[in-house]
Amino acid sequence: MYDMKALYEAQSVEDAVALRIEHPEAQIIAGGSDVLVQMREGKRAGKELISIYMIDAMRGVSLDAAENLRIGSLTSFSHITRDPLIQKYCNVLGEAVDQVGSPQIRNIGTIGGNTCNGVTSADSASTLHAYEAIVELTGKDGVRKVPIKDFYIKAGTVDIKPDEIQTAILIPKASYENTFGHYIKYGMRNAMEIATLGCSVNVRLSSNKKTIERCRIAYGVAGPVPMRCPSAEAVANGAAPSKALAEQFARAVIDDINPRDSWRASKAFRQHIAVEMAKRALTRAVELAGGEMA
Amino acid sequence: MSTQYKLVHCTINGKAVEKMVDVRASLTDMLRNDYHLTSVKKGCEVGECGACNILIDGEAFNSCIYLAVWAEGKDIWTLEGLLSPDGELSDIQQAFIDESAIQCGFCTPGFIMTAVEILETNKLYTDDELRKLLSGHLCRCTGYENVFRAVKKTMYRRQGKEIDF
Repeated sequence: MYDMKALYEAQSVEDAVALRIEHPEAQIIAGGSDVLVQMREGKRAGKELISIYMIDAMRGVSLDAAENLRIGSLTSFSHITRDPLIQKYCNVLGEAVDQVGSPQIRNIGTIGGNTCNGVTSADSASTLHAYEAIVELTGKDGVRKVPIKDFYIKAGTVDIKPDEIQTAILIPKASYENTFGHYIKYGMRNAMEIATLGCSVNVRLSSNKKTIERCRIAYGVAGPVPMRCPSAEAVANGAAPSKALAEQFARAVIDDINPRDSWRASKAFRQHIAVEMAKRALTRAVELAGGEMA
Repeated sequence: MSTQYKLVHCTINGKAVEKMVDVRASLTDMLRNDYHLTSVKKGCEVGECGACNILIDGEAFNSCIYLAVWAEGKDIWTLEGLLSPDGELSDIQQAFIDESAIQCGFCTPGFIMTAVEILETNKLYTDDELRKLLSGHLCRCTGYENVFRAVKKTMYRRQGKEIDF
């Protein structure tokens, strides 16, 4: 038995919004792989829960009218990885969430939960930042869209109003088109591991593959919230892909990131691996885009 | 507050059932206490060890971090459902015995249900893929190698292929 005060079950998004207003103290629960564990630990013991897990309308991946990728917030990690649209347009996201926890956790864990809990180590977070994803929130006055960068306010806090739930994550067409990405997770073991550092890089090359038209890089665990690296991106944008460029690009991330000392790893170690991961992820992304590191 | 109950209908091991369930219950609680399916083990109870693993609509879930009320309308399978009507073991259960993939047996039901999900895909996975697919279970007896062999052997047999360990 969980130590919960009460459970309110939403059957639809409208239901969930009404329950949010009716029970302002209640915690939203999606897949529960964070909330229920925290409840067991006593951190959230005795709380009311609003379950949105049964809202099937919030599951699945589709293309909207403008061909943006739309990922329902309750889509599980394993379904994202297996989804044909994800594999075609944003395979790196499927690969990133395939490194969360274990197979069973990937069947229950949702992309909505992964982002709403606001943790920097979430395996989806760096890729969503690197693709400038848009968070769709639904409240009593309708839908609000927030760039993912603004959605994360500080560690553990995201921009959800008291009457809102997160209903989808969008990846704009301009963001995924002709774009190829690679994610590297550094952890001490291969399964059931929280990232020591996560790095996601994507590139769009010119048609002759000789120029990096656009490069984006984001990290998880390089600061209190996931972050992009504008200095490193400026080095790569418009440049010709080469090994020397990869070195220069990777060194530039140090100006952008702000990792901390924690029991998992020291700041110095995280800075060290951040450089190497940036180099490797850029190299792989360029290869995936059909380019060569001269 | 007074205890909150909900009527939960689902299919368990092929049989349609319904029971009033305490909303605070995990699916592990419901399967063990209300349906006496004690192959579903209480291990870590925080979704790390895989001892409580079962299949819901064909996918593996740690039932300890799954609310019992979410079972509504779902098709649930536990290890008990693998036995044939005359009590014969399934091929994957027999393979666990043949390969000495069990010792104390606590992790076994969970491991086997994950193996069922893997085998039902009818794919021939590489060793690395198989290890990743089996990574959601902790076993303190066997050292995993025998579990891996049991699943791999069954996967090859079902595909009618020769095994190369």
